[in-house]
Amino acid sequence: MAVLEITDVKKTYRSPTGERQTIIDIPKFAMEEKAHVALEGRSGSGKTTFLNLIAGILKADTGQLLVEGTDIQSLSEPSRDLFRAKTIGYVHQTFNLLQGYTALENVELGMMFGRGLDKEYAVDLLGRVGLGDRIHYYPGQLSVGQQQRVAVARAMANHPKLVLADEPTGNLDPHHTHEALSLIRGICREQGTALLLVSHDDEVLQEFENRQSLADINLAGQEASTA
Amino acid sequence: MSGISGSSTLSGIFLMVRRSLRQHALSTAITMFSIALASGLVMSVFSINDQTRAAFTGGEVGFDAVLGARGSQLQLVLNTVYHLETSPGNIPYEMYATIKDNPRVKLAIPYALGDNYQGFRIVGSTEDLFNEFEYQKGKKFEFQKGGRAFDTARREAVIGSFVAQKTGLGLGDKFNAYHGLIYDPNMRHEEEYVVVGVLKPTNTPSDRVIWIPIEGIYRMTGHVLRGTGEQYTAEAGKEIPDEHKEVSAVMLKFKGPQDGMLMDQTINKQGKVATLAWPIGRVMMDLFNKIGWVTRVLTLVSYLVVLVAAASILASLYNTINERRRDFAILRSLGARRRTIFSAIILESSIIALMGSLLGFVVYAIILGVTTLVIRSQTGVVLDIFSPHPILILAPIGMTVVGAISGIFPAIKAYTTDIASNLTPIS
Repeated sequence: MAVLEITDVKKTYRSPTGERQTIIDIPKFAMEEKAHVALEGRSGSGKTTFLNLIAGILKADTGQLLVEGTDIQSLSEPSRDLFRAKTIGYVHQTFNLLQGYTALENVELGMMFGRGLDKEYAVDLLGRVGLGDRIHYYPGQLSVGQQQRVAVARAMANHPKLVLADEPTGNLDPHHTHEALSLIRGICREQGTALLLVSHDDEVLQEFENRQSLADINLAGQEASTA
Repeated sequence: MSGISGSSTLSGIFLMVRRSLRQHALSTAITMFSIALASGLVMSVFSINDQTRAAFTGGEVGFDAVLGARGSQLQLVLNTVYHLETSPGNIPYEMYATIKDNPRVKLAIPYALGDNYQGFRIVGSTEDLFNEFEYQKGKKFEFQKGGRAFDTARREAVIGSFVAQKTGLGLGDKFNAYHGLIYDPNMRHEEEYVVVGVLKPTNTPSDRVIWIPIEGIYRMTGHVLRGTGEQYTAEAGKEIPDEHKEVSAVMLKFKGPQDGMLMDQTINKQGKVATLAWPIGRVMMDLFNKIGWVTRVLTLVSYLVVLVAAASILASLYNTINERRRDFAILRSLGARRRTIFSAIILESSIIALMGSLLGFVVYAIILGVTTLVIRSQTGVVLDIFSPHPILILAPIGMTVVGAISGIFPAIKAYTTDIASNLTPIS
């Protein structure tokens, strides 16, 4: 069964000159359950917009976006928020950790708005990403690599079916890049979670058997590159 | 969609509020302080107003009426009951003798004023004051250990507890009276009085009085009696004829409630010589009604302070919203709904207001404590700091509601935070 099915999804923005500019135009894209897919996308290719559409953070102008069989487009905003919290984990390039909250609280907050607080599991998750002794540290007290691990733990907090990773290694050095990828993929495999990762980094992309180029599936990108 | 546990979301909201209050501790503390001032001020204005009104108009003073010279009833009451203001003049002693025997009068005690010691008034009176007079129902003046009432034939004095505390006078101590109601070292009378009694505190204006025999006032050097209209000076060892004597006022207690009305009719409406201030509570109420605008101004000022405090909540929260936009976007991306963010901001502003209001009780206690000391030292009337008043419940509730309302605008700003544009740059 497909965890993600996209059909004829379009997203446009109004440019500063007032014209509508198409950022995303994807006729078809699908991902199977538990699959790990890497999408190659250069800067400005609309990869964050694409992931935000899947996460329901943005709404497409047209098309159908099925996540776990639910058309996320048809949900009301509060329902989308709840659906996202329960079904999708999101690892951002800048980690987007809440600076005023400890590592444990960052993970717990992910649970509180999703499937509900499970303190034991939150501690367990942080232990699994190697931060068992730093659960009460604030992000500012952690290294960049450790912050990344908190972000991964938080993404897994609600036992998601799909994890979206937007340049998750963008802020890491090559050594930590490999380590971080192993961590994300390992924990997704452990939980049987599908992973959709977008990156422009060849080294990252090489680690995935299933690689695609966003430009190949996004007609808007093709128009832009041929223009 | 199945709903998530409400308590879990609530935990999230409380965690958000707790962290925000800690992250913005300084602005939170300053805002709370302004709320505390506003809340304390409102509680103080209402409470002091009602307490002073109750103490001066409804409180028991032991007498029903004051008989004095023709003139202002208020001046008469202030001068004799509260020992403030100057005397409106004297009345002949015979009026005291007459009214004392009136069948409607249960108790009549003469006061003769005109001297002081270190600014505390010396009042000449009779021993009835200690034997018959009840300053509150069932409560007569009581002496501190070793004290007794003055002997009317001697230069003896009984002093109030506040006088003893402030002047240091105690049993056996001697002092000289000074002429006039305001202390002037050049106006010293020759006669020396000895303290034979110190009264236990009564929390009434009597605590600020020095009592001596009324005869002592008549015989004080330099005092001239004009009971007959002509000047008369008392001579040592020689009895003073009653017709020469004067009293500043006669404090009256009637036998029944009807008697006051009838005496009022007789003395105020038909007579032309004297004034009967009756009932004392009504006379003081007139005063409070006349100065009611002061209370209204104070109330208005305190409401304005509340407005300023509310504005300070709004400003401090609004200023933090911009720097917290990314946090809101992250929380939204984690599944927090717009209304969750909205509720967190409203809860935060309400908590700031509630905590400020609770701190307001400290401000209230300080203001009331200082006011009580001032009023006590000026009038002898003691306010009860711990007296319950509806404002002590209404003000914190009202302030919290105002706080919640102040949070609406910042909450709307937080509510409308766009997730995508505040998370990471679009790529």
